[in-house]
Amino acid sequence: MGHESSVPLFWRLIKTRYQLIGTKCTTCGNVFYPPKYLCPVCRKEGKLEDIKLKKTGKILTFSIVRSAPSGFEKEAPYPVAIIQLDDGPKLTSQIVDWKEKDLKIGRRVEACFRRIYTDGKEGIINYGLKFRPI
Amino acid sequence: MKVAIIGIGTTEFGENWDKNLRQLAIEAGTKAIIDAGIRGRDLDAVYLGNMSAGRFVGQEHVAALVSGELGLSIPAIRVEGACASGGLALRQGLFSILSDQHDIILVGGAEKMTDLMTDGVTSSLMGAADQEWEAYYGVTFPSLYAMIARRHMFEFGTTREQMAKVAVKNHHNGSLNPIAQFKKEITVDDVLKSTMVSDPLTLFDCSPITDGAAALILCKAELAKKYVDDPIYIVGSGQASDTLALHDRRSLTTLDATVKAAQGAYKQAGITVKDVDLAEVHDCFTIAEIVATEDLGFCKKGEGGKLLDEKETEIGGRIPVNTSGGLKAVGHPVGATGIKQAVEIVLQLRGKADKRQIKDAKIGLTQNVGGSGATAVVHIFSR
Amino acid sequence: MIGIVGYGGYVPTFRIKVEEIAAVWSSNVNSIKNGLNIEEKSVPSIDEDTATISTEAALNALKMAGIDPKDIGAIYIGSESHPYAVKPTSTIVGEAIGCGTEFTAADTEFACKAGTAGIQMVMGLIQGGYIKFGLAIGSDTAQSKPGDALEYTAAAGGAAFIIGKNGIVAEIEGTYSCSSDTPDFWRRDTIEYPSHGGRFTGIPAYFKHTVSATQGLMNKLGFKTSDFDYIVFHMPNGKFPIKAAKMLGFDPKKLEPGFVVSKIGNTYSGSSLLGLAATLDVTKPGQRILITSYGSGAGSDSFSIKITELIEEKRKKVKKIQDYIDNKEYVTYAQYTRLRRGI
Repeated sequence: MGHESSVPLFWRLIKTRYQLIGTKCTTCGNVFYPPKYLCPVCRKEGKLEDIKLKKTGKILTFSIVRSAPSGFEKEAPYPVAIIQLDDGPKLTSQIVDWKEKDLKIGRRVEACFRRIYTDGKEGIINYGLKFRPI
Repeated sequence: MKVAIIGIGTTEFGENWDKNLRQLAIEAGTKAIIDAGIRGRDLDAVYLGNMSAGRFVGQEHVAALVSGELGLSIPAIRVEGACASGGLALRQGLFSILSDQHDIILVGGAEKMTDLMTDGVTSSLMGAADQEWEAYYGVTFPSLYAMIARRHMFEFGTTREQMAKVAVKNHHNGSLNPIAQFKKEITVDDVLKSTMVSDPLTLFDCSPITDGAAALILCKAELAKKYVDDPIYIVGSGQASDTLALHDRRSLTTLDATVKAAQGAYKQAGITVKDVDLAEVHDCFTIAEIVATEDLGFCKKGEGGKLLDEKETEIGGRIPVNTSGGLKAVGHPVGATGIKQAVEIVLQLRGKADKRQIKDAKIGLTQNVGGSGATAVVHIFSR
Repeated sequence: MIGIVGYGGYVPTFRIKVEEIAAVWSSNVNSIKNGLNIEEKSVPSIDEDTATISTEAALNALKMAGIDPKDIGAIYIGSESHPYAVKPTSTIVGEAIGCGTEFTAADTEFACKAGTAGIQMVMGLIQGGYIKFGLAIGSDTAQSKPGDALEYTAAAGGAAFIIGKNGIVAEIEGTYSCSSDTPDFWRRDTIEYPSHGGRFTGIPAYFKHTVSATQGLMNKLGFKTSDFDYIVFHMPNGKFPIKAAKMLGFDPKKLEPGFVVSKIGNTYSGSSLLGLAATLDVTKPGQRILITSYGSGAGSDSFSIKITELIEEKRKKVKKIQDYIDNKEYVTYAQYTRLRRGI
């Protein structure tokens, strides 16, 4: 079968996902990742610019996905977590290179570059950042 | 405000292999029309809650499908807010009557989920979450609520046993409900020992994949007694939204949208939470019921687990929750759930809830949530 | 002066022991261990590939170099396991490390010497005044046919080198190569696993080119074996480099810091470069390293590298290769099969 995932949909977010580039509102000082293009606090008064974020943070909560969605079956079980970056914003991603003892609220983690999803045998490979305990 | 419900109808909820989406919708709609004692041609409009017919069965434009199957050329519109689609359809229908656009309408919810395999359903349901920042990383709905559960356990000491008791209670209630997908009683041990889906949630912590439809006939309050002797009234409606992604929320253990929607509904109805006799809440996962009881004000934040220990939300308790069996035991055909919740409240307020009946039920509440809490809609019903 | 401005490596955390593989094929563990002189090899996680390994190595190199990634004018990544047959790994890595868009890039293939070829290409662009800094990477997630001898050694890892004229930690004094059409090890297009010529891969292939290139370099620069403190050869197993050293008259002890193969296996395009990185991690200013890669098909690139005063301060910023080697978790053959073949 041919490939299914959208190329432009993935391509548009490459820089943001690969380099952890968020946005900062110079009006209110809030930092956003994933980046926002309208400051939800200031709205029309907000002025947003790109900001490269530090790749370290801590686990706020986590779970181990055992029943995977389409395309992730070969990887299950895998942990997912909400991580608070040292620069402030919170994001969701997988935890890699983990042991049981690493899955704790508060555990420090750092971003690393990994495959996220492969669109079958013919489609493109989606990369992004996952997090490993440090 | 006051809008009447004069008719209710539901299909059986479960794996309805023999019925497709339109059959389910028509079956529920027809039952509601008959229950109201009206004729199809009396209807002014159709509001249909449906989350994802496009992904589940490749069908969009579903409201027109339903009105066409009913043989009517009235205005028909699909309302979507993920798992809150039913509740939102009810609210939109309500507005059309309050604004004098329509006198009598059909408000329904329907979902056909079992034509896809589990991994396909899991993926499609993730349409209710952030595609680019949650689904992209292989996150699933069980894992989102599991993360809420883990945080709730961390912040408030909520236990696995308390969560399991939600499933036990709702399965007991479901065993008394003829339309429920699961009619078997279970124990706390059954829940804790079942297959882990996304730690710490096991299979029995999660509502199932279900086909089903439910429908209501709404009409202007002053017209109700023309049709039925026992209209039930919607007296309050509240809705709020929040960030789509769980990680963007103010809190990982409170659904602010529920809190705000409830406040709006209580205010409009002119009541406080103490006046509520029973509630149908959105227990897509056991932890969701615990959080809902806190967010609706049935107890303090963090004490939702205690309500289970003290049996306060059982039939006969201080504030019975999910007498129908909830999403957990009745099933969760996504778009239909919000309407099914209203059907249960109507049955209870009519005194027709049979073995599930709450004595002297006068005021009921439904809480319907979309996704991991980006939408919440609360309705208050009264005799 | 032109040389290495920053370097870095990456080895995945999983390992599988020779015993574990031998048990499945009922092979004699001792004869394999003695024959190959290897204990265990690295195994990539299911979400790792040449692009992710190259990125990790490159980020380390960048940290050490302390330069703005936008000043990198060329990226060449050598591998036998590029994620795509058509679509360059070098642009994925370039994007991941923040190089902007003003750079040239290409992927190279020359079996296990594709990475060192990249170093030479980048040197040329710098010497020609076309770019300020260039990034060359050798990285692989090698595949081997189950039950074949290569299964004990085919491993995953990579190393990245930023070359330039400013902030050099190790000067490249010169380079010498030899190439010939020698089909010792190959893989046809669309075929999953490589094939090889058995014992033919030894004397007419590995040793002929490794020895010629090394001798060629020493003649060209007027060096003797005693001029080098350390040597690094491509490591298809734990025996060939030792034999090559002896053939050339080197004391095999000089291989030691770079002898990564016994603990992580043959990382193909990453092999000699990880050996070089591991050696650089322990050298002192003024010392000299000889490195000769070997790529089947066949050819060798030889370099003479002299350590500068800057290395001790700069390399503190980055994880050592030994740290990656030591950070490990063992898997069973069943887990290995699942990770490598996605079953």
